[in-house]
Amino acid sequence: MPDQLEHLPRLTHLLPCREAQIKTLLLLLGEPEHYSYPSIFIYGHRASGKSHVTLTLLKELKMPHVVVNCVECVSLGLLFEHVLLSLFGSSHTSLPRGPSLSDFVRLYRQLCSEDPAKQTRYIVLDHAELLRDMSANLLPGFLRLQELVEDNVTVIFLSEIVWDKFRPNTGCFEPLLLHFPDYSKVELQQILAQDSCPSYSPELYSSYISILLGVFYSVCRDLRELRHLAALNFPKFCEPLEKGEAKESDAHKLWRNIEPHLKKAMQTVYLREVSSVQWEEQQQKEEKEVGELRGLSAYTHVELPYYSKFLLIAAYLASYNPARTDRRFFLKNHGRIKKTNFLKKHEKTSNHLLGPKPFPLDRLLAIFYSVVDSRVAPTASIFSQISSLVTLQLLTQVGHDDQLDSPKYKCAVSLGFVRAIASDDLHQHALRWTADHRTLHLRHHPVGSHPTSCCLWVRCGPRAAVWEPVCVQRRGIPRQPPALDQPQLCVDCAPAWHWLR
Amino acid sequence: MATSSVSKGCFVFKPTAKKKRISGAEDFFVDGSEDVENGKLRFRLCQSTWDEMKEEIEQVQEDLNKKMLDGLLEFVKKSAASFWCRDDDWMSRMRASEIPTAALVLGVNMPDHTITFESMTELLHDSLTPFVASVQAKECTAMKQLMQKVLQRLMGTNVMVDEDEAEADLGFHTRDCPQKRVNCSLSALCDWYQSATKKSPVKSPRKRLSSSQSEFLQSPPVVVIFRDLEAFSPQVLQDFILVCSQYVHQLPLVFIFGIATSPSTIQRMLPHSVSSLLCIELFQSLSCTQHLATIIDKLFLTSKFHFKFSAKVLQVLVGIFLYHDFSVCNFIKGLQLSLLEHFHSQPLSVLCCHKQEALVHAQQLNDRDVERIQQLPSFMRYVEEQVPEEQVQLLTSSEHVKGVCQKLLKSLHKYHKNFYPALRCLHVLTSILPKYPLGKQIRELYVLCLEKKVWETQEYDSAMQLIRMLAKDELVTCLQKCVEILTFCKSKKLKKVGQQLQDITATCEKLDKLSDEGNLVDGEEGDRENDSSGKGLQKTDLFHLQKTLLEMKECRRTRRKTPYEILRNAVVDYIDNLVKTHLYPPESQPLYEVWYYSSSGTVRRHLNATPRTSIQTALSHPYCYLQNEALKNDSGIISSAAPDICIIYKLHLECGRLINLYDWLEAYATVATAAEGKDPSAIEGGKVDELKHARFIRAVSELEFLGFVKSTKQKTDHVARLTWGGC
Repeated sequence: MPDQLEHLPRLTHLLPCREAQIKTLLLLLGEPEHYSYPSIFIYGHRASGKSHVTLTLLKELKMPHVVVNCVECVSLGLLFEHVLLSLFGSSHTSLPRGPSLSDFVRLYRQLCSEDPAKQTRYIVLDHAELLRDMSANLLPGFLRLQELVEDNVTVIFLSEIVWDKFRPNTGCFEPLLLHFPDYSKVELQQILAQDSCPSYSPELYSSYISILLGVFYSVCRDLRELRHLAALNFPKFCEPLEKGEAKESDAHKLWRNIEPHLKKAMQTVYLREVSSVQWEEQQQKEEKEVGELRGLSAYTHVELPYYSKFLLIAAYLASYNPARTDRRFFLKNHGRIKKTNFLKKHEKTSNHLLGPKPFPLDRLLAIFYSVVDSRVAPTASIFSQISSLVTLQLLTQVGHDDQLDSPKYKCAVSLGFVRAIASDDLHQHALRWTADHRTLHLRHHPVGSHPTSCCLWVRCGPRAAVWEPVCVQRRGIPRQPPALDQPQLCVDCAPAWHWLR
Repeated sequence: MATSSVSKGCFVFKPTAKKKRISGAEDFFVDGSEDVENGKLRFRLCQSTWDEMKEEIEQVQEDLNKKMLDGLLEFVKKSAASFWCRDDDWMSRMRASEIPTAALVLGVNMPDHTITFESMTELLHDSLTPFVASVQAKECTAMKQLMQKVLQRLMGTNVMVDEDEAEADLGFHTRDCPQKRVNCSLSALCDWYQSATKKSPVKSPRKRLSSSQSEFLQSPPVVVIFRDLEAFSPQVLQDFILVCSQYVHQLPLVFIFGIATSPSTIQRMLPHSVSSLLCIELFQSLSCTQHLATIIDKLFLTSKFHFKFSAKVLQVLVGIFLYHDFSVCNFIKGLQLSLLEHFHSQPLSVLCCHKQEALVHAQQLNDRDVERIQQLPSFMRYVEEQVPEEQVQLLTSSEHVKGVCQKLLKSLHKYHKNFYPALRCLHVLTSILPKYPLGKQIRELYVLCLEKKVWETQEYDSAMQLIRMLAKDELVTCLQKCVEILTFCKSKKLKKVGQQLQDITATCEKLDKLSDEGNLVDGEEGDRENDSSGKGLQKTDLFHLQKTLLEMKECRRTRRKTPYEILRNAVVDYIDNLVKTHLYPPESQPLYEVWYYSSSGTVRRHLNATPRTSIQTALSHPYCYLQNEALKNDSGIISSAAPDICIIYKLHLECGRLINLYDWLEAYATVATAAEGKDPSAIEGGKVDELKHARFIRAVSELEFLGFVKSTKQKTDHVARLTWGGC
């Protein structure tokens, strides 16, 4: 057994379920005074113990090291300075403004010559995937830092992404890859059961953990999150015990008590619909009042100014209707359009599956003016509303050229959202807008939710001012009119309706 | 100006140090008016009115935000406290350390948020922590800037505290200056925080109250406010939260997200891995429509302020609010503008002030002003109603006019004192009716009453009809509210009405017992009726149905009324009477112009600008802006005296989608030559002289700049037209 492995039992006790990885790492690190492999790349999912294992190892073995979280390093200088400061403890680092890798290497060598390494120095770069975005030569440089500075130094990269996504196309030094696999259910159980509550027996806690895993394992394998959830729900689990309703051995009773509660937790607190503090508070007072806490996503309603609503509706129509159909939908005298090839082949697939399409400002305004019934003066505030919709992220601006002349937008809200907005108006101006909104609602059906059918809207009699829906399945199979109650047709149209059916 | 330079170039001349008279707002106000004294007086009145209104508005806003801000404060306090007592407890050791986050849903009225955030920051500063940094999306496009801004604001707040500390910090700064940029990381902030809290028990940044100094916790929380969450780049926000979560054990961070749309934005912007680092609690502010309703209620539906809007102006302002921006701030700006306009444009607005003051001012009116009063339409109407002798007096004697004016002012004050309580009563009764015939909000009813005699409208009739059908408990609650309103008002007349209404309510409640006894008889009768109606409805024939319905109606009419119904009718008559005596539209009052601002066009022009229309007006009717007599004549004809761009514009209106530049040039040259008085046909050989050519090109590029034409790749010597219609 090599010397390095003498620490193995102690470490495996500290870091359960990671024995294989610890062993590999220990072997890789080797004797402190020996040169180690220049760069090691460790990857694995979130909360699979990458940084915890690495750091505990380095700390326990008392190796000189520095840990850099790349998220924090908003500039290269910060990264370099941090490394130099913690490795050499020098306060007179004289990195120039906006330093490059070569500055770093130069300074490193200079400091290193004063203080040569007696042991391998380790630089741990957490969230290493961010290095890719920083500077092109940074990653290759760090990979062969040992060579560059001619010092006993090893760089350890930690990332959630596989190495293949890192490899620069110019080629680079290949690091040693080390994978940390996800914890299995058994391992999770073992780890979680370790931190049992002091006031109860470890067996009880262990059984609690297995119930918890039974509910949450399918959605969440994040150790940190599971531990958090375990802590949050444990008081509820112990409630029958404290009240004296059950003993620790009544496993089934305890399970019956906690299971629905955990399921609820999965839908609320796990998704952060409800904050942990609120969740705890609710648990305490649940007996008294069943005041349901509404989650974040329950509040989807957005109140918008009147014209903003119409602008958004217009934007939605512009984004999801082909431009060719505008003439048909928004013009009074649009002429006859052949039914058979009204929609082109590629347009038959639901536009909702394809996502919003960009449209120019002119088209938006044209549709806007045609859906708003009254005459709207093109005031400055109409235009400013468009830009405030963009700031609110209800619209997004596409492309960056030609911003002055013809900016292009995309609609960023869903059909449900637009429906809710449209029905707001229905309530507010019930009498005045009903007819208009009904058509508005349904006009986008042809390309919308009926991928295989086409609903055509015929005007209900020459005298009726209201558009009524008549849905014609072009293959001849009659369909129910969508989303509306039975259409009420005037006498003129009723025969036509039957005929169409 | 001449230079001694030999070379060509641009020279900057500083304006000669002429001692300019620095003019205040007052000078601007009186500038151009013939009566300076009067102008100054009006300016003072305007200022004092605005000050009063502003105070009221601030009070209202404070009250409205109080609930939310208190909740927020409590949240920050609680989370800060929990940070420090997070010790060896099993529970807290096990729990993931989340950053407490308050999600503040503020509504889409972005301009209003500033006030909310300001008062929030002030509140936090005063009572909880000196460490508050508020950031906006537009200044933080990248992580670096966000970090920098947060650090600057947190550390900077302390620099400002007091002199010696500032100096110490200054030394710190100069020493650190070269590193400062590099050192912008949260670990630096942590160090700073440690030293800042250790050095001195943190003092209140504003040393106003000695008590508030000690109120701070040992280690106050560090609050970071994201003013407009939606506009932040998600990546930046995620990174920042990730970094902060690393330091959550050393730094008691609290986030506040200002959200304009809906809380689900958080979930859209942050993935689960990031949002699981936050402990989000929701706070909702009052909706802006309610905010506006309160403002209108406090500023207009009261006799406290004398400046009033006419129906049109109010509609314009409310329209801008509802249709365009939902911004109460803008509404208040509109109010300020119209206040200023009123006092500026109406010389008689000296009378728009408190009663005693107004009476004094009326006494001091000069002849010109008296003449103005005589010309007021409302005053003229008043004169016409008088007996002939009086009429002569009113038209000749200025002293008499002053006297009458005082009398009228008094009655105007009185009218308003009665108007608002009566309006509120009517609103209480009509706002519970189905479909709200007179409007759901009191402002709708108010506008209706301002416009015309409300009792002559159809809606009023239907409302009264509906009131006649109200159930007893509803009616009683309404009446109680009315009584409350009426007893609190100052006018004796209304108090009496209130008293009477109270009596009615009392009788109504007494009726309970009476009706219990009478119930049996009524019940029987009702049964019998039901029987007959049931029979009637069995027949399906239309004609018969109609007949039975008519019969039933007849039957109902003749039916004996219950005591409650009689009482109810009495109430309705009472209310009707109240409305008819007090809710006259203000136009019926003489001298109403003094109080009411009615120039809705001005307000609309100022607040709801139409840039495109203005440009088109400028191009097609340059006279509107240039005021040059030579341009005045035309209507549709291209005047050759107009500026080049106008000529070009008019010519381009006659073209199709593509415009041939050469044709355009020739047309232009023809017009321009005519301007010089030459015969247009005298252009020799189709050659246009250089100067005209250059002028043409300049005008075309100006038109291109304005977005009317653009160059096209289809034909090189053509430009494409971009606008249609609107000649």
